[in-house]
Amino acid sequence: MQQVLVTAAPFDPHAESERLHAQNPAIGAVVDFIGWMRDFNDGDPVSRMTLEHYPGMTEKALQKIVDEALARWDLLGVRVVHRVGELKPSEPIVLVAVASAHRGDAFRACEFLIDYLKTRAPFWKKEVTRDGERWVEARQSDGRAEKRWEEK
Amino acid sequence: MNIRLHFFASLREALDSDGEMLELESPEPRVADVLDLLRARGGRWSEALGEEKTVMAAVNQEMRDHDTRLKDGDELAFFPPVTGG
Repeated sequence: MQQVLVTAAPFDPHAESERLHAQNPAIGAVVDFIGWMRDFNDGDPVSRMTLEHYPGMTEKALQKIVDEALARWDLLGVRVVHRVGELKPSEPIVLVAVASAHRGDAFRACEFLIDYLKTRAPFWKKEVTRDGERWVEARQSDGRAEKRWEEK
Repeated sequence: MNIRLHFFASLREALDSDGEMLELESPEPRVADVLDLLRARGGRWSEALGEEKTVMAAVNQEMRDHDTRLKDGDELAFFPPVTGG
């Protein structure tokens, strides 16, 4: 199974995670992070969202982050799936599923992967509110979350 | 030398362009030199790429800082800070 997928089609994060687990009976722990689209952001109801990406670079950037996690922790499998295109509230945006023999490596690698994805993978969100469309601004807290991993 | 420029997201909209081929005179231009050249066009270019804006750059699909030197045939992309996940 390919480790990284960028898709315009809706996906089932639980089925993806189950497939990762089914690959290898040595897996003792799977940690999933699922990012869902919310119907509310920065004080306003959000009815739709469009995710833009940089075809080619986005896949490469994700693979690079996955390779870094594989070099850093003892993992038995990784699956990262990210939606692009038009999304509705309650749809999954991203899945980061990490498998290992024991929980420690899976927990840490999963958090590392989503923190790095947030600042290093070229995706841009545009949301539709009652006042029209607006681009989502990057959060400074995402930059701080990424920095934590440099010290360890 | 020639480079291929790409713009994404809010920058693409503000510039009303998703990219272009750009011919450069200087032999080893930096990313910052290309930004200066685009800003010098004035109007929406100087506004969208203003010094106070955070403009990220990727050279051949890898994030790079503005001091990176370019060579003939490079792909250079400019975009705002990313907001995936």
